[in-house]
Amino acid sequence: MIKKSTPKERRIILKHADDPNYSNKIDCYLKNGGYSVLKKAFAMKPEDIGEEVLKSGVRGRGGAGFPAGMKWKFLDRKSGKPIYLICNADESEPGTFKDRQIMYKDPHQLIEGMMIAAYAIQAKQSFIYIRAEFFEGARILERAIEEAKEKNLCGDNILGSSFCCDLVVHRGAGAYICGEETGLIESLEGKRPNPRIKPPYFPAVLGLYQCPTIVNNVETLCNVKHILEMGGDEFAKLGKPNNTGTRIWCVSGHVKKPGYYEFECGALTLGEMIYDVCGGLLPGRSLKAVIPGGSSSKILRADERFTGKLKDGTEFDWGIDDIPLDFDGPASAGSMSGSGGIIIMDDTVDMVEAMANINAFYAHESCGQCTPCREGSLWMRKITKRMCSGHAREEDADLLLSVANQIEGRTICAFGEAASWPTQSFIAKFRDEFELKAKNDHSKPTLQLI
Amino acid sequence: MGSNGNTSSITINLNGNDVDVPAGINLVEAAAIHGTEVPHYCYHPQLSVAGNCRMCLVEMGNPMRDRGTGEPILDENGVQKIGWIPKPVIGCGTNVTPGMHIKTESSMVTDSREGIMEFLLVNHPLDCPICDQAGECRLQEFATDYGRGYSRYVERKNVKPKRTRLGPRVTLDDERCILCSRCIRFCQEVVDDDVLGFVDRGSFSTLTCFPGKELSNNYSLNTVDLCPVGALTSTDFRFKMRVWFLKESPGICTESSAGSNILVSSREGVIHRITPRRNDSVNDSWMADSGRELYKSVTNEKRLLTSSVESQKCDLSSAINSAVTFLQDKKLGIVGSCHSSLEEQYLLTKLAKTTKAKKFLRGHFGDDDGILVSADRTPNLRGTLVTGFSTKYPTDDLTEISEAIDKKSISTLLVVGEDLFNSGLTPDQLKGVSIIYIGTHENATSSRANVVLPSLTSFEKSGSFINRSFRLQKFKQAVPGPAGLLPDLHIIASFLNALDQEKEQTSDIVSIWKQLSKSSTNPLHKIKYTDIPQDGIQLDSTRWSDLDFVEKKAMHFSPRKLNKVTQN
Repeated sequence: MIKKSTPKERRIILKHADDPNYSNKIDCYLKNGGYSVLKKAFAMKPEDIGEEVLKSGVRGRGGAGFPAGMKWKFLDRKSGKPIYLICNADESEPGTFKDRQIMYKDPHQLIEGMMIAAYAIQAKQSFIYIRAEFFEGARILERAIEEAKEKNLCGDNILGSSFCCDLVVHRGAGAYICGEETGLIESLEGKRPNPRIKPPYFPAVLGLYQCPTIVNNVETLCNVKHILEMGGDEFAKLGKPNNTGTRIWCVSGHVKKPGYYEFECGALTLGEMIYDVCGGLLPGRSLKAVIPGGSSSKILRADERFTGKLKDGTEFDWGIDDIPLDFDGPASAGSMSGSGGIIIMDDTVDMVEAMANINAFYAHESCGQCTPCREGSLWMRKITKRMCSGHAREEDADLLLSVANQIEGRTICAFGEAASWPTQSFIAKFRDEFELKAKNDHSKPTLQLI
Repeated sequence: MGSNGNTSSITINLNGNDVDVPAGINLVEAAAIHGTEVPHYCYHPQLSVAGNCRMCLVEMGNPMRDRGTGEPILDENGVQKIGWIPKPVIGCGTNVTPGMHIKTESSMVTDSREGIMEFLLVNHPLDCPICDQAGECRLQEFATDYGRGYSRYVERKNVKPKRTRLGPRVTLDDERCILCSRCIRFCQEVVDDDVLGFVDRGSFSTLTCFPGKELSNNYSLNTVDLCPVGALTSTDFRFKMRVWFLKESPGICTESSAGSNILVSSREGVIHRITPRRNDSVNDSWMADSGRELYKSVTNEKRLLTSSVESQKCDLSSAINSAVTFLQDKKLGIVGSCHSSLEEQYLLTKLAKTTKAKKFLRGHFGDDDGILVSADRTPNLRGTLVTGFSTKYPTDDLTEISEAIDKKSISTLLVVGEDLFNSGLTPDQLKGVSIIYIGTHENATSSRANVVLPSLTSFEKSGSFINRSFRLQKFKQAVPGPAGLLPDLHIIASFLNALDQEKEQTSDIVSIWKQLSKSSTNPLHKIKYTDIPQDGIQLDSTRWSDLDFVEKKAMHFSPRKLNKVTQN
């Protein structure tokens, strides 16, 4: 096989991210042509911007991959109530660190994207809900908004267009659940971030303060700017059909060059990402598993074969290296591209320990509203913690799987389900390691009858 | 629940059978109408939908239509296909739509319920043997249906506070709490007193009061009734009695003219607690805490237990005889009571007619709390209007009597329950007046009375009251009265029989009602006592529409406007 050349990055959103001469100040942004697209936007009708976004086929970069243009279409414009735009900057999926780069290094790109989006949906008030841990990010954004307001690029009567939209940075208090859009909305309203039941509380109809609301991810909103700059049709040519645009992948784990990489969707495979872009595994190690889209996504085993039919009908037979990095590739392999957080694990990883780590996260972050996630996530954590402390039992693998299955599909929000997916996939693919733990262990608690 | 006068019904398919249900209700209610129980914890028909317990998960599908054309998609038999949703949906948060298919017994549903049940129990202390809720616990009930019978949980259970004082009347055991949020929603939505909330997160979430606040509103004990498990307990009732020993009788709260429907729980003739009984036209499922204390008056030390004549104890019949002698006084006045039952008021009216006595009545008024304690603090003021004992609205005193005494037109008074001396009369004024007192408790009037006839409380007799919205409601004897005591009805009937020997007056309620419902001008016309339903009868009140009732706008029950889940 002829070795292809290393795939080239296509940086659109992170264009200036690593430029030492680029700063996050407005002067620098304006010098590089910033806010010109916003001017262009005001020359258009708001609904035409929505059409461009729909044409671009851009899918949400937050995790679910729902077409953003479609989301905007669902917006209830006839209610007579105010419309709100919220930027979900609560980036807290383990393994994900892309939005942080944007906000820290190029905040005006986000502000410009948001103002365009706000104009398109006619929102007079917009928010950036930023995770608590981004102290510096919040400071940068607040300063950037000040700068933009001074230059009349945000706030009242923007660029003399008579369109007004205020932008407020709201800091979270350190809860993963605030990344769930209805949980985020509750938190923004000043309440405990318990996700809402859907139906009836779809944000596009009954969102913030029971008004129509659009919640988009940081990267998605930045894309809006680029869609308008190049035109929806042109943007749709980036990447592949149904997987348009570029994506920022956050690679972490046991590779030589972990980091963020922006590629056109589907421009490279997982194997190329690991071995060519990230410089391969550490010396003497071999690949064991990959979590392709943040800790919620299902794990892939290095020696698995993935077969099936793609949406367009073509059959595929992939090894882990062949999985294309776009939205549909990891999904076809039974996982998901999620938030783009690729976690590479080599042969030094104890899968039960890894599972225990992930379970600890979900048990800690479950909001506690609905029963399955609340009780199930903590139970799974207790089991894996016990297994790692020398008290594993043979039946634990089955028990873990059963508990996870009892959570899936029964929770209020998708985050509840996401707590069960790692366990389901770890047991399905590394059951031997879980069972081995039991064999090597000594004192085992017996089944408790009541 | 609040039907908006819109009673259009639609057809849905419940477990394979087509059934009609009212439009707009949710799946839990729809299934219940047709005798199918969908187990649930957090859902309560009179609170907003939270959807957090996930116990009411059911399988749901809708008739399939082509997305492009909107045409129905048919199967090979020409029947419209059903698009079953691959995940279960919550019954409480899903409203019926025409043609909707629901399965409440499928393997997906049973599997979900078993899963939720196991999750609810993993951190539950399982201390049923010492738990007050045991016997009326939803967790116990559904554990029998969907529980495993053994535990797969070998880890340590969470530890939480065991006896938190939430307020003067409510104690919380946090380990038993299943975080259904009913109590939180009740305080917010019904009482408008936001005091409860959860702190911490995940499985460590804990119910507590907000800092600096306590659950001290006059409706706090409803949270105990609402609690589907044994987490919220009544400090008064805690550890006192096992609920399965209790006999429950339907009663009416006598605290105010709201007429909350209640259940009186007693064991071997002793009342142990009072809880609200659901009546959507009167009190939803709630009652005031103050009303729950009323049973304590039954065993109060001031209770009158023996009859007396001129302060000499005697048996009841000789006391009645000497009372009859007093009643023959031509200058007789009768002080009725808004606390008496409708039947008692009727007989008293009859007695007044026979003896040509003057009738007096006192109202007892206070502040309206806007919920279930109305400004009229008697249960049956409207009864005095309907029976004709009084034609005008009473004032909060009896000064009318003093005028009559001054005019020397009164020399004997028959007093039912009231205390003349806190009603604007002085001992001096009453010096030359003979007093016959019928009542349950000692007061200044009973001490001064020439004849004292002890009677029974509303817990010890049956009868009916008419509440603030002119709703006729009956209550049932819950416990026997003290030995030797007779109800007012017997006493007044004996008076009537002694005074008018030609017509015999019975003290039997059903027979009294035959007389009560005879007059065609009376709103009670043609009503049979035995036919009065448990939730009462709304009477026509137009005749009294010009009276200035103290309840004002609160005269008619209006449930709090809830932010209910509405699907458009």
